[in-house]
Amino acid sequence: MKARRISLTVNGEAVACEVPVRLNLVDFLRHELGLTGSHVGCEQGACGACTVLLDGQTVRGCLVLAVQADGATVETIEGAGFDDLLADLRAAFHRLNALQCGFCTPGMLLTAQELLVGNPNPSRAEIREYLSGNFCRCTGYQAIVDAVEAVAVARAS
Amino acid sequence: MLALPGEDGAIIAGGQSLLPLLNFRLAAPSCLIDIGRLDELRRIVEGDGYIEIGGLVRHCELAASAVIGEAFPLLHQAIGHIAHPGVRHRGTLGGSLAMADPAGELGACCLALEGRMSLQSVRGQRWVGAEDFFTGIYETALAGDEILTAVRLPRRGPGGIQIFKEVARRRGDFALAGLALVAGANLSNPRLALLGVADRPVLAARTMALLREDGSAMGSAVDRAVAQIGKEVDPAQDPAYPPAYRRHLVQVLLRRTLAELSP
Amino acid sequence: MSIGAEVPRDRAKRLLLGRGRFVDDISLPRMLHLAFVRSTHAHARIEAIDCAEARALEGVVAVLTAAEIADGVASWRAEHKLFPAMAAPEQFALARDIVRWQGEAVAAVVAHSRAVAEDGAELVDVSWTELPNVVDGKQALAPDAPLLHGHMDSNLAYTTVIEAGNTRKAFESADVVVEETFRFHRHTGVSLEARGIIAEFEPGEDRLTVHQSHQTPHQQQDLYARLLGLPEHKVRVICPDVGGAFGLKHHLMADELVACVAAKLLARPIKYIADRMDSFLADIHCRDHEVTARMAFSQAGDILALEVDDLFNAGAYGQYPRTSIAEGNQISRLTGAPYRHEHYRANLAMAFLNKGILGHIRSVGHPIACAVAERLIDLGAGKLELDPIAVRRRNYLHGDDFPRTSVGGVEFEHLSLRDCLDKALTMIDVARFREDQAGLRAQGIYRGLGIATFVELTAIGPEYYGEGGQHISAQETCLMRLEASGTVRCYTGATDQGQGIDTGIQQVAADTLGLPMAAIEVISGDSALCPMGGGSWGSRGAALAGEAALRAASTLRHNILAIAASLLQKDAGCLDIKAGEVVEGGITHMSVAEIARIGHFQPYTIPHGVPADLTVTARYATTGRMFLAGNGLQIATVEVDVESGIVTPLRHLVVHDCGRILNPLLVREQVRGGVVQGIGSALYEELRYDNAGHLLTGSFADYLVPMAGEMPDIEVAHIETPTATSELGAKGAGEAGTAGAVGAILNAVNDAILPLGATIAEVPITPPRLLKALGRI
Repeated sequence: MKARRISLTVNGEAVACEVPVRLNLVDFLRHELGLTGSHVGCEQGACGACTVLLDGQTVRGCLVLAVQADGATVETIEGAGFDDLLADLRAAFHRLNALQCGFCTPGMLLTAQELLVGNPNPSRAEIREYLSGNFCRCTGYQAIVDAVEAVAVARAS
Repeated sequence: MLALPGEDGAIIAGGQSLLPLLNFRLAAPSCLIDIGRLDELRRIVEGDGYIEIGGLVRHCELAASAVIGEAFPLLHQAIGHIAHPGVRHRGTLGGSLAMADPAGELGACCLALEGRMSLQSVRGQRWVGAEDFFTGIYETALAGDEILTAVRLPRRGPGGIQIFKEVARRRGDFALAGLALVAGANLSNPRLALLGVADRPVLAARTMALLREDGSAMGSAVDRAVAQIGKEVDPAQDPAYPPAYRRHLVQVLLRRTLAELSP
Repeated sequence: MSIGAEVPRDRAKRLLLGRGRFVDDISLPRMLHLAFVRSTHAHARIEAIDCAEARALEGVVAVLTAAEIADGVASWRAEHKLFPAMAAPEQFALARDIVRWQGEAVAAVVAHSRAVAEDGAELVDVSWTELPNVVDGKQALAPDAPLLHGHMDSNLAYTTVIEAGNTRKAFESADVVVEETFRFHRHTGVSLEARGIIAEFEPGEDRLTVHQSHQTPHQQQDLYARLLGLPEHKVRVICPDVGGAFGLKHHLMADELVACVAAKLLARPIKYIADRMDSFLADIHCRDHEVTARMAFSQAGDILALEVDDLFNAGAYGQYPRTSIAEGNQISRLTGAPYRHEHYRANLAMAFLNKGILGHIRSVGHPIACAVAERLIDLGAGKLELDPIAVRRRNYLHGDDFPRTSVGGVEFEHLSLRDCLDKALTMIDVARFREDQAGLRAQGIYRGLGIATFVELTAIGPEYYGEGGQHISAQETCLMRLEASGTVRCYTGATDQGQGIDTGIQQVAADTLGLPMAAIEVISGDSALCPMGGGSWGSRGAALAGEAALRAASTLRHNILAIAASLLQKDAGCLDIKAGEVVEGGITHMSVAEIARIGHFQPYTIPHGVPADLTVTARYATTGRMFLAGNGLQIATVEVDVESGIVTPLRHLVVHDCGRILNPLLVREQVRGGVVQGIGSALYEELRYDNAGHLLTGSFADYLVPMAGEMPDIEVAHIETPTATSELGAKGAGEAGTAGAVGAILNAVNDAILPLGATIAEVPITPPRLLKALGRI
């Protein structure tokens, strides 16, 4: 199987290793680096469970090959947690019960964080729109929207 | 590498269409050629009478470009329908066009905007008009050793019309049917491209001709155009969305589009 | 009091940090990976399986077919002794000779990585002879239909009739009769985390340890022990974090069993994680019913009689161990159950088809029973020119009607249907909606309002599976242990997939023991550590495991106070525990921590005869009733784009009575999640097969799930009528949202298109179906 050596920064740490060319980024993070906070739900970019930040932007970890991340900066739910905004989102998700099984939650948090960075005062419709590529099977989405809205409102005041 | 004999290679740009195929084992190329780092293909260049968009320009970059927004609001309208933020961050114009999904938004836009594609290989560069670029379902004019490096879109005159509409089941889903209408002021020289209703993005040539003849988006002209487009499209069999449904949708979309234009 | 408070869940914090531990997050030394070769045909004879090329592939350790595992694992039959006439053909972990549905596992490839296992699976060459198939119930029951199971003389798996009164006479004398034929298409549970298992076999001790994304660890322990021929105490099933279940994960699945067999044969840990295609093909499916029903009314709007004919398009086999009968059975028993009527007949015919196995998924049968009756009431009210809300109110069971056993045989202790309706009408101004609706129609905007009343069967009693012969526990036991520092560990047989039963038990224990919640931890999901119990399904956690926890905590509290009383030379009856301190009136005597320390390390200071056990257990099962029935109603408003056929949900409200609520924060969002699943089956979700029995919706591109962008805000209110059958008073809450949403949306869409003279009775309501109903295509 063809392999390539890659080096990248993951959650602030330099990583260099050889990976099969066909390995996608989320499988690399999960199984090679043990960063199991990003999940696999569909392998076709439809569910958002594998969302990670690649050079600061949300991407589907299942739609990027690990070799394409050579030289890049990757942040996952495990590492992206030192920022106030993400901490606020976590607290609001907890307080408002915006998760049940938690499988979609890392992707929801990273996507919601990106939304609020770009649009600090989104309407509920805008929140739903931005999260519309992240599947949650447990909640009715409403608590998630409530949590994102609550953080936006609290940070605005 | 694409020119090498014996290699069953695939080009990967943003990977947003290719990766699902690889993940599902529907494609298994013997080698992948990552063109994602060719920065010269990631530019939007304003030329004399045209704007050239590099093949690696991403959907999110198109959406953020004021130059594009001013010259081709059609593209901005269309990008809002493409998948979700995480996909738009990686997906590229060239990748999307080269994939040639019949329901792809950008192919129809390029067709309506009279786009020309730059195809390049070790043998040289050639330009192919959008009408000739899409040749069938997931089929394009790209030869095995060529890549799509750029799309050149002619600037439009002032006061023109650019409208994109589609119907999808959910936000970001592939369209069940859609249209891109580009015309001058008062619907002059209309170009009407359709998506989701044929094996490729298509121009509704006879409907365009009718609109040009009638020169109007009012009253009976609308009815004639709507009837014509119903005759003109021939969607493929699909058990979930039968041809009659897609044909009907195109008619609905055209009627709604023309209604927006009536004074 | 923490019971009734809006307490967030402890476990959620870990998940928010990305520190969940789901099965695929676990790696064991020497672990191998499994991928399956699945049948590409709906019905075919396996002529030969050539594994040579796959076995030769670098990284492949073994390729298993039915022949290789025949000695390692037993077969099974989905039998239920309450339905002795139900056909129960023999099932195997890997198909033998004949495959009967596309996706049935035929061979298993074990390799060093999942990718290589899949490479190997592509190299397995199966020679098939295709057999004629049946993919539709009517076709399956036709006299000349090809047979799925050679030993049967038809594809009829089961048929039964429930009858009360005399429907024939009642229909003859009725003022108004309405009839409709409904189609509820097949869908599935679609947990975001697919099914997954790691099976580890220790040959030195003959010990099987399984990590599995599952709802019922003890049930799996029993099944694996029996099917693999291991002593039960040598099998341990651990359910770590489970990424959604909804009934998908409380069955025996052939592919998961193969992982256990492979672990035993190869003596190495084997991981199998279903991918999304595996899931759509091989998960348990649900619904797939065609129901024709008739309702008879008097001129005044009284419901006189109801007849229901259900053609149940089941799968190729019965689901094991529960069997597939319950969905049909629930439809027969529940249709029209909230209403007072005396004449009832329900006919069920369950057909085997060449499709995936169908069985219990969230809200088994409820959405269909609800939608059928609620639609008929709207049709009847329309014909009678009566207000459909008034028709419901006059026919609701209420007041002196209780306790009552419905004509379908469902026992109701109490239903608060009128209270729920009154509450709902304070939340939405129906008259105002009607005004707006009329105004908008003039502008070509079609909005509709739909109402659906439901009953919710929860907390199943032990008789159903006990008499059925299944090893499925409907009893819960709680083991509660006071640690030496005065904190408490609670071990429960219920499992937590995010509903928050852990938190509910923590609340019950805290209140009963007089300890802060922070002093209590709940441990679940381990068949070796936790007391035998049923796991979590059918909305049983709060009612059964909650009551067991209350009883265990009461015993522990009694013992703590007895020790305190002996040490203090007081009467235990004068003592109480508050905030971790033993108090007498306003006086604080000593802490629970001090008693724990003495109880564990200085037991000699406690006199003989004092109940000094600091580890206690208590059990609870309901007696003499099949279910605890909750109830409620939903009101949906929608906008129908009558040109494109797109339906947009606008408002959705739920008024729900699930008895005592342990934690409204958790119940509310669970109800909303259920509603969204119900909207999914009303508008989006469908497993479509072609005529050859090939699944056309094997990915998220074709199988549409409800996403945030299209879902409405959902208003949830509660009426609280505690059940008198337990001290805690809780009933289950997990079915309600799904139970009512399909009926509410179906009625709302029909209300919207009523002025166009159209009706629709097929879900999901896709745009082409709707436009066809409207005569526009």
